[in-house]
Amino acid sequence: MPDQFLFGVEVVLNGLMAGVLYALVALGFVLIFKASGIFNYAQGVMALFAALTLVGIMEGQVPFAHLINAIFGTEVHYFGWNVPALAAILLTMVLMIFFAWAVNHFVMRHLVNQEPIILFMATIGLAYFLEGVGDLMWGSEIKKLDVGLPQGASIWVEENTAFLGTDNFFGFFIDKLDMVAALVAAVLVIALVAFAQYTKQGRAMRAVADDHQAALSVGISLNFIWVLVWSLAGFVALVAGIMWGAKSGVQFSLSLIALKALPVLMLGGFTSIPGAIVGGLIIGVGEKLFEFTIGPMIGGATENWFAYVLALLFLVFRPQGLFGEKIIERV
Amino acid sequence: MKDMADGYITEDGRKIGGVMMEMKNITLRFGGVVAIKDISFDIREGEIRAIIGPNGAGKSSMLNVISGFYHPQEGEVWFHGKKRPSMKPYQVAQQGIARTFQNIALFEGMSVLDNVMTGRLTHMKTNMFQQAIWWGKAQAEETAQREKVEKIIDFLEIQHIRKTPVGRLPYGLKKRVELARALAAEPKLLLLDEPMAGMNVEEKEDMSRFILDVNDEFSTTIALIEHDMGVVMDLSDRVVVMDYGKKIGDGTPDEVRNNQDVIDAYLGVAHD
Repeated sequence: MPDQFLFGVEVVLNGLMAGVLYALVALGFVLIFKASGIFNYAQGVMALFAALTLVGIMEGQVPFAHLINAIFGTEVHYFGWNVPALAAILLTMVLMIFFAWAVNHFVMRHLVNQEPIILFMATIGLAYFLEGVGDLMWGSEIKKLDVGLPQGASIWVEENTAFLGTDNFFGFFIDKLDMVAALVAAVLVIALVAFAQYTKQGRAMRAVADDHQAALSVGISLNFIWVLVWSLAGFVALVAGIMWGAKSGVQFSLSLIALKALPVLMLGGFTSIPGAIVGGLIIGVGEKLFEFTIGPMIGGATENWFAYVLALLFLVFRPQGLFGEKIIERV
Repeated sequence: MKDMADGYITEDGRKIGGVMMEMKNITLRFGGVVAIKDISFDIREGEIRAIIGPNGAGKSSMLNVISGFYHPQEGEVWFHGKKRPSMKPYQVAQQGIARTFQNIALFEGMSVLDNVMTGRLTHMKTNMFQQAIWWGKAQAEETAQREKVEKIIDFLEIQHIRKTPVGRLPYGLKKRVELARALAAEPKLLLLDEPMAGMNVEEKEDMSRFILDVNDEFSTTIALIEHDMGVVMDLSDRVVVMDYGKKIGDGTPDEVRNNQDVIDAYLGVAHD
């Protein structure tokens, strides 16, 4: 096989892997949008906050250290212990559930039946609030996140694919972490879809998404469902935070991936869980392939805008996305 | 005969029990507007109780008070001999009071089957973690619930649309699906808000038949609001008549039909 073609295949593979990470963030958006019609701008920051908290707990960092030191004139920064990754992940999840409860109790509960734009503004406020709290709690320096996930190129894949090309081809270069991310995303999506389709709470969740009044009349507590949904979104944010954090370090620019999730959602549809995954994959592959083939001709750096232009095209031709619910309206 | 505290047997042989729900001096205001003014009435076990009145009489408000969507400023609601504290609608539903809505509130994106299944939510006992982890038990429960739901679907003759998304159904069938969802909860008290509004004659006859069958087959107590006097008189055991938020009549269909205030409210009265 010609090397050029094999390099193309490698680009597609890496695009798929990058797409999985976009999809993980998009998934969190879909969950909340489906259940409450809120576009949660804070989803990216939630991923950042979860990752920051996870690192902080693992390294035994004292939360609000700067604040404490400023007020009491002390010099505490670390407790001096390390928490195992699994325990830290569980603790972080507890915090995310508490965050879900707080969001509902202090903000969303009071905004029931408001215009979508107002709810959206509320989540923007939430995003910057959470970013500030994250900074105050754990500091703003870039941190390394190591929860024991495999890193680096998979030698096995390289060795076993090298025979495909000539001597200049050394096999496909695929990051092991990306492979783990793909696996995790697949499991997560299957679990979430199964939860939504086949469990009592899943059905209640879909019911709330559809009609509040009707949901109340069959005995569903809206507050419970909203806390549940924000907790699920928090869980997805934690998973996304771990993957992104392990890949590129925990830094505040992490919250900007949230913006890449937007074109993913326009492709997949705001209400479809599988759509978020497929949308993520298309964007991931599309932007890598475009950069590889067309990029050199027009000066490169196409990855910055390709996704948005693709989303724009989709908006024109298929506004509900690939998998979005078709808008049925009887006239 | 009708004053017997423990109930009576109707002419067609149905057993009417003691008082199940009692509304005591209910007053409901929206700002300066008085929607319900000092109304009291009761609902007996096993009966079909109608609330009728002209447009804007406060009928729907009354139903919303019973189902917890509105909270009256004054008055008490008694259910099964106990005073009911102020409750949210979902708590009322959990107590065994199911309802339908005047302008239909179904889950449009979900199938008929899924819609009716939501009616069983209050009967499903396994919690979230059991559902997530203990798959076998949750599944057995789901199967048991499915059986009950299928029975109701058969009963209301909507088998042929089980898998259809509700959004695609015509109006009359939607009304029937909504009734099925309410019935799935096996309610002690079933509230129907204008079950026949906007229906043609044939659909109205079907719906009347279903209401009577439900009452007969499951001994469900039913309180319904209706606009159409004729239908109500044939269906119900006792009727409350409201006008401008006040109660102007209460009794059997025959008593109500001969009540001068009721005749005035419906036919209009000359103001001098």
